Amino acid sequence: MGDLRLMKGNEALAEAAIRAGCQAYFGYPITPQSEILEYLADEGRKRGMIVLQAESEVASINMVYGASGAGARVMTSSSSPGISLMQEGISYIAAAELPCLVVNVNRGGPGLGTIQPSQGDYFQATKGGGHGDYRLIVLAPSSVQEMADFVYDAFDLADKYRNPVMILADGALGQMMEKVEFRDYNPADHIPPKPWATTGKPPTREANVITSLHIQPEKMEQINLRLQEKYRQVTAEETRFETVQTGDAEFVLVAYGLVARIAHRAVELARSEGIRAGLLRPVTLYPFPAKPLRDLAQRVHGMLVVEMNAGQMVEDVRLSVEGRVPVAFHGRMGGIVPSPEEILAKLKNMMTTVEQHAEAR
Amino acid sequence: MENVLLEEELEQFECVYEKPDTLKEARFHYCPGCGHSTVHHVLMEVVEEMGIQSETIGVAPVGCAVFAYNYMNVDMQEAAHGRASAAALAIKRILPDRYVYAYQGDGDLAAIGTAETIHTCNRGENILIVFINNAIYGMTGGQMAPTTLLGMKTSTSPTGRTVETAGYPLKITEVVATLPGTYYVTRQSVHTPNAVRQLKKALTKSFQYQKEKRGTCFVEIVSNCPSGWKMTPVQANEWMEKNMFPVYPPGDIKIPK
Repeated sequence: MGDLRLMKGNEALAEAAIRAGCQAYFGYPITPQSEILEYLADEGRKRGMIVLQAESEVASINMVYGASGAGARVMTSSSSPGISLMQEGISYIAAAELPCLVVNVNRGGPGLGTIQPSQGDYFQATKGGGHGDYRLIVLAPSSVQEMADFVYDAFDLADKYRNPVMILADGALGQMMEKVEFRDYNPADHIPPKPWATTGKPPTREANVITSLHIQPEKMEQINLRLQEKYRQVTAEETRFETVQTGDAEFVLVAYGLVARIAHRAVELARSEGIRAGLLRPVTLYPFPAKPLRDLAQRVHGMLVVEMNAGQMVEDVRLSVEGRVPVAFHGRMGGIVPSPEEILAKLKNMMTTVEQHAEAR
Repeated sequence: MENVLLEEELEQFECVYEKPDTLKEARFHYCPGCGHSTVHHVLMEVVEEMGIQSETIGVAPVGCAVFAYNYMNVDMQEAAHGRASAAALAIKRILPDRYVYAYQGDGDLAAIGTAETIHTCNRGENILIVFINNAIYGMTGGQMAPTTLLGMKTSTSPTGRTVETAGYPLKITEVVATLPGTYYVTRQSVHTPNAVRQLKKALTKSFQYQKEKRGTCFVEIVSNCPSGWKMTPVQANEWMEKNMFPVYPPGDIKIPK
């Protein structure tokens, strides 16, 4: 049996990190995620974790690089502006194929923006964010329970693929309190041996080197090809999504994270009015559930993507369905969270437009 | 053919000096006369003589020494520009019984990485920082460094560094010496056999202090850049003594009480 608690999302995530055997945390305070650092500085240290409040997010991510390279299970967390500062380091970590967890509790931007929830960092999270051709595995929780659950998954995926994994949450998920049950998890059963780590060279092996520098173009291209092959494997094996009442749906909402929960309520409201609505919720934002969306597009009349941004994931949805169905978008920004009623109204608008198009044909 | 004869001739001599096992077989890519290869050599000799090869982890910078891991036969990481001390201290926190050093140039340590340098030293992270100061950006082709001397010509200070446009040479070693976290701060050079012996002592002491968990040890090496300075190696060393030493005088800056 697990352990049932009432906690903030940020605290639940931090508690799960301790239970997942995270050995070290390096981070810098920023709202709305500072509870992660605070919780670990207290509870994490008590339970043996190395917790260092760094001088900046730039330093934090490079400490993560060093510690991961030394073989540790390690993480950092921040919110949007801080994650922007980390991008160079994340690119190095991806290129050097070091496992780690990076948590982004997304706040509204651009610039200093607002401390309220947002999904404005979708592009940054899923398209690389830093320089060069690399990808993060991106998990998008939609509840405090998942803020905890995805930590174990993130560390395991990071180790399995030797790739940085991002948990992309938002300010609301970080701050709200819900019940959360901590699963039984024994890190020793999950953390693999790391013979590549720089732990000190015994006479029996060559020196281990962790680097992302390959000055020969042919070598650098080979490394890129190998990384791309890894990302294809990740896409084939790790794509995760959830559906709600899509079986008979004529119109499908597509939303992730906090907005997926609100969209779920909008589906219930629509159904109560006799509208055959459904929901597809990407759980991994990278890899993106393109195929299930393409399959759905064969049999629904339209899709409405709802995000807390100006329209970012909607581009991936449109690429996925390849023009088979109309894809409408509704977005709120600046820290505004859309309501179920507002989403239902947008859904009805889209239905009207689609029906008018059908009549015109 | 000449090499074969040379090896036969060598057999007639007594071996008084060998490349340490702590250096790999690769030939240094450094320019003739550059101090980097000597410092690599001395550092690795110290690691060998102390018998700590299997316990030592190094961090290479971005700059001319970016390929240090091709030469130093210890486990190594290559850090992002300026972040070698951040990576090194994290390694040390994970593996507190290992000897960890960051090897950095003046642009890496005293420009883009100043914040990491200051805070690593201020926390007294128990690592060794080896700082090569040749007052120029060598790898990128001779641009002005934070330590470039006033009046010194570089590709980005073509008429000579002026205070008006670029401020003063940054004496970062004196700065870190003021921080309570540093235990041993010294400035050395490698332009004479005696200087090399002094550096060797400084590096040995630094690793001993690290074993005793005393805090950050910081060893600056005032060095040269014949290519960037557009001089022969001999001219470069003479220029260094005449112009660099008055601003960056060799010697201990902070010694344990």
